[in-house]
Amino acid sequence: MDRREFLKTSGALVISFRAPSFQALAQAGGKPALVPGELDSWIAVLPNGDVQAFFGKMDMGQGLDVAVAQIVAEELDVGADRVEVLMGDTGTSCNQGGASGSTGVSNGARLMRRAAAEARRVLVERASAQLGSPATELKVADGVVTGPKGSTSYADLIGGRYFNHKVEWNNQVGNPMDIKVPAKSKAPADYKVVGKPMPRRDVAWKVYGTSKFVTDVRVPGMLHARVLRPPRAACKVKSLDAGSIKGIRGAQVIRDKDFVAVVAPREWDAVRAAKALKVEWEPMKAPFVPMKDLYQHIRNAKVVKREDEVKKGDVNAALSAPGVKVVQAEYEWPFNSHASMGPGCAVVEIEKDGSCNVWTGSQKPHFVRDGVARLLNLPPEKVRAVWVAGPGSYGRNDAGDAAMDAAFLAKATGKPVRVQGMRADGTAWDPKGPACVHRARAALDASGKVVGYEFISKGFSRQHIATNESQPADSLVGQSLGVAPNPTQIFGVPGESYGFENKLLGWETIPQFVDHCSPLRTSHLRDPVGPEIHFGSEQFIDEVAHAAGEDPVAFRLKYLTNPRHAAVVKAVAEKSGWAGLGKGKGISFADRNGTAVAAVAQVEVDRKTGRVWARKFWIAHDCGLIINPLILKQTIEGNVVQGLSRTLFEEVRFDRDSVKSVDWASYPILDMGDAPESIEIVLIDRPEVAPSGAGEPTIRVIPAAVANAFFDATGVRMRRAPLSPEYVKAALSKA
Amino acid sequence: MAKYNFTVDGKRVSVDAQPEMPLLYALRDDLGLNNPHFGCGLAQCGACTVHLDDEAVRSCVMPVSAAANKTVTTIAGLGSPDKPHPLQAAYVAEGVPQCGYCINGWVMTAAALLKKNPKASDAELRDGLAGLKCRCGTHVAIMRAIKRAQSSQA
Repeated sequence: MDRREFLKTSGALVISFRAPSFQALAQAGGKPALVPGELDSWIAVLPNGDVQAFFGKMDMGQGLDVAVAQIVAEELDVGADRVEVLMGDTGTSCNQGGASGSTGVSNGARLMRRAAAEARRVLVERASAQLGSPATELKVADGVVTGPKGSTSYADLIGGRYFNHKVEWNNQVGNPMDIKVPAKSKAPADYKVVGKPMPRRDVAWKVYGTSKFVTDVRVPGMLHARVLRPPRAACKVKSLDAGSIKGIRGAQVIRDKDFVAVVAPREWDAVRAAKALKVEWEPMKAPFVPMKDLYQHIRNAKVVKREDEVKKGDVNAALSAPGVKVVQAEYEWPFNSHASMGPGCAVVEIEKDGSCNVWTGSQKPHFVRDGVARLLNLPPEKVRAVWVAGPGSYGRNDAGDAAMDAAFLAKATGKPVRVQGMRADGTAWDPKGPACVHRARAALDASGKVVGYEFISKGFSRQHIATNESQPADSLVGQSLGVAPNPTQIFGVPGESYGFENKLLGWETIPQFVDHCSPLRTSHLRDPVGPEIHFGSEQFIDEVAHAAGEDPVAFRLKYLTNPRHAAVVKAVAEKSGWAGLGKGKGISFADRNGTAVAAVAQVEVDRKTGRVWARKFWIAHDCGLIINPLILKQTIEGNVVQGLSRTLFEEVRFDRDSVKSVDWASYPILDMGDAPESIEIVLIDRPEVAPSGAGEPTIRVIPAAVANAFFDATGVRMRRAPLSPEYVKAALSKA
Repeated sequence: MAKYNFTVDGKRVSVDAQPEMPLLYALRDDLGLNNPHFGCGLAQCGACTVHLDDEAVRSCVMPVSAAANKTVTTIAGLGSPDKPHPLQAAYVAEGVPQCGYCINGWVMTAAALLKKNPKASDAELRDGLAGLKCRCGTHVAIMRAIKRAQSSQA
């Protein structure tokens, strides 16, 4: 086949050119349909023997693409530098779920490993036929297949052509997507590339400014748009004066029901028009409670759904048994914003034949494709969504809304449209991490043994809108147009293995304040409900340890039943020199889907200013098999500092009908002056255990490590986050 | 509308704009440059930082008129893969940025700071970088990279 055709169908997208539609791609050059059951959907060998891997997730700075390259290179026996990973483009990859739940390696790369192993098997089989030697006598090194009678190469065997080889797809879409193949993957003992430190591939272009973010995508004839969110939750447009932007060149109002936007050929004119446009909105309806009553509201609210995820023995009986000492406490965590570095951005172009190209920073581009298709009433195969590095991610931020807004506006204007939010769109209007209250009780017998333990979280569900953009009902534009949302009730419980004999871990969700167009609607934020829950549960473990008169490390080691859990606690205690550390130290531990992390923090507290400086951190981390220790450490560091920011500073402010955290002044995050001095990391590698993810686990142990250290430094418990100067001063003055 | 002439990354340019339009929009929209990013439009984060002559400025609030007849440098003009600024080389060596959207603020501010005070202490660096935002939490790596750049220049 024609090489040019081949490259066109599988090469990296050149943003300045119009992207071929999904259908055109699938049919060009004899490429089999882009479906999970075709090996060609996952792996391609170029004419020079270089390899392309088509990955249905994306990476936003934690080096997942490098991990995939290493795994594919390992199975194929080629150098990792010869593997290019193309990510998050619905025109070149299947829906593996996008970034989601730290499953990039555990699920996403697992499939890529099988595909690469199968590609190797097929190629060695073909080499065997060509060379006239049995496959068992052939060896592969850097894409060259050698046997007793001669050698050939992947380039010769298939370079520039398709495998046309079926694999068995499990019929799942998203994170659980997998394939079954006859090929056997390598044993970890034979790994040469997996487990090696290799640098990230997206650092240089970011540092030298030589490539593009989604914000830099430009399409000829494109209009710039700004969307006007209502000033108050769920409030409708009463009237609008389009004449108020008459003086601004080319500016136009687009309104449909309660969706209002302005477009203009120049970006500054769109910004000005959004400011100038006079809209009269409905008056306040006061759906929110006063912020000072938030936690009382949560305590008193009716329970929509309850789930007891861990239930052992009879906790109530244990807690009311005669002679036991009962320890109890409640912990409070506020709404958090994604507050991504830049507001969400997307560009959408609808071509003459009705096919639609979407450039999005969303971490789930395949679901963006589905959502845009539904919103515009197009078949999904007419929509191609391409992920381009965006201004932040870490869950369902405002990127998805930007994509849906841009799609709606491209259709309404008949022109390509670029939407970028203003700061408030990223801070006030992104979906939030849920506010919650955790109530904990424990019973100690006369010997100090824990005989009963209960931890119940009560709060807003973590998914008022879904974790992806596949349904218009889960977007602000959809809700503004009157599509009714359908929230999911879900929360979570602590991840641990404390072997208390009577034990109950559960959660309760409460009703939303208002069901549509709410700036306090929730969705996933990095490690959804992990920092929230473990802020409480791992402080409570310390409180119980103190009540039992035991050292917090020794107490955890006494009760943890999973040896991998105990191992990270031991490792972090050793690394930090726990016994010899001065005042102001705290430990915390958690498991997240099989990844075990423990943290020790050491803090200094300025009693006058209320400033908490978490000066030093030590982390022990076990995520099973380590693919790349260098990038793993960088990912852990980011988790520590982002977690510290949420612990010390972050709290969404609101009044009766709007969010008052609209920028970095009203939603402060960690500043350089408050960054830790050092983060020391112990990685525990377990080649025999399948990798379980590292994108999120560490963030969940940071809040309690800091709060426990705060207690050690001051003797005061901070049971409400954040440990901001204001709250710290108030707590210390009461003590 | 008025015409403003200035230099960007070594090239003479001319922009027709309202005097109060922020420099950021001239750089991105009129000149088609990618690097200075819109983060907040309020000078609260640094994602739009460029050098105006030798000063690090927030182009999202700096009116284009203030750039007239001056020299603007973006991160792409600070250095290149072939001829990197020591901070850029150090950032690459340390693998600092994650999402990378904040990078202009940190690199351009630190470059201006080190030019004035090459041996800035930890405390001076922390002070000098106050007010910049990084959502990915790469602060510790940023400090490592700056110290690496300092020692490469020592």
